[in-house]
Amino acid sequence: MKSLAELAAIRARMIEQVNLRKDDNVDTRIVVGMATCGIAAGARPVMLEFIEELKRRGIENVTVAQTGCIGMCRLEPMVEVYVKDQEKVTYIHMTPEKVARVVGEHIVNGKPVDEFTIGAQG
Amino acid sequence: MMRELADNILDIAQNSISAKASLVEIDITVSHASNSVSLVFRDDGCGMSAEMAQAVSDPFTTTRKTRKVGLGLPLLKMTAQATGGDFAIESEIGKGTTVSVSFGLDHIDRPPMGDVPGSLFTLVLMNPGTDFLFVYDYDGADFTFDTRVIRETVAPIPLDNPEISAWIKDCLYQEITELHGGLFS
Repeated sequence: MKSLAELAAIRARMIEQVNLRKDDNVDTRIVVGMATCGIAAGARPVMLEFIEELKRRGIENVTVAQTGCIGMCRLEPMVEVYVKDQEKVTYIHMTPEKVARVVGEHIVNGKPVDEFTIGAQG
Repeated sequence: MMRELADNILDIAQNSISAKASLVEIDITVSHASNSVSLVFRDDGCGMSAEMAQAVSDPFTTTRKTRKVGLGLPLLKMTAQATGGDFAIESEIGKGTTVSVSFGLDHIDRPPMGDVPGSLFTLVLMNPGTDFLFVYDYDGADFTFDTRVIRETVAPIPLDNPEISAWIKDCLYQEITELHGGLFS
């Protein structure tokens, strides 16, 4: 395994940051459907790309979570975005390539990418 | 059929999470000598009766309440049998469940391994309350990844802290790619 000493060093650095993430800081949740249907349609690369894109942009108050089958398996991979105090937005047929636009336009600038949503395509 | 075995790994391990396992072990063995890829999923979750264990590889058996089909294990079993492999499930109520499956390594219908490190990383990141033990054996060279060791090293920082999870991701990709000599197939 990669050296645990390296991991201990990261811990030492992290522990000094007062700003340990707390759930009450979170105002946006990105939820990816990861049941058999979602996984078969390619949900995993989509989820991993959300995590990478958030990290790339240094966004910390957003969590990425998984859920089971959302119920419309033919529209998978599906992603639901919950922004605090706003209506849920459901994206369908997601791909890793679409992730950057969802993060940039919706998460950062507050304007959902209409053309990827279930309303536009479903 | 799943596009890659990595997708099956992610999918089948979810069953253990649903069974409230506190430790999920996944053994992945690639052996050219015995011409097989084998996967073993072992959990300490709630388990199931012998009748249920017999029935779960039928697509019309599921514990789901929303609908009557469950395709995870049937797809896995179908893929194994299509490649000359075996499928077995053992379970005991209150003790846990073990699913063992093998595939013909050089069989033309065997899906590629795919992004196995990505699947393992997803499991660790999305299930912070569950411990995982991964043992990846490639022709006798092996790599063991144990979230209990990592948890102990970084406590009280959670595994989903961005810096810690980045380390976990790098570790899984580096070690597994190295075992495969830089190539997945």
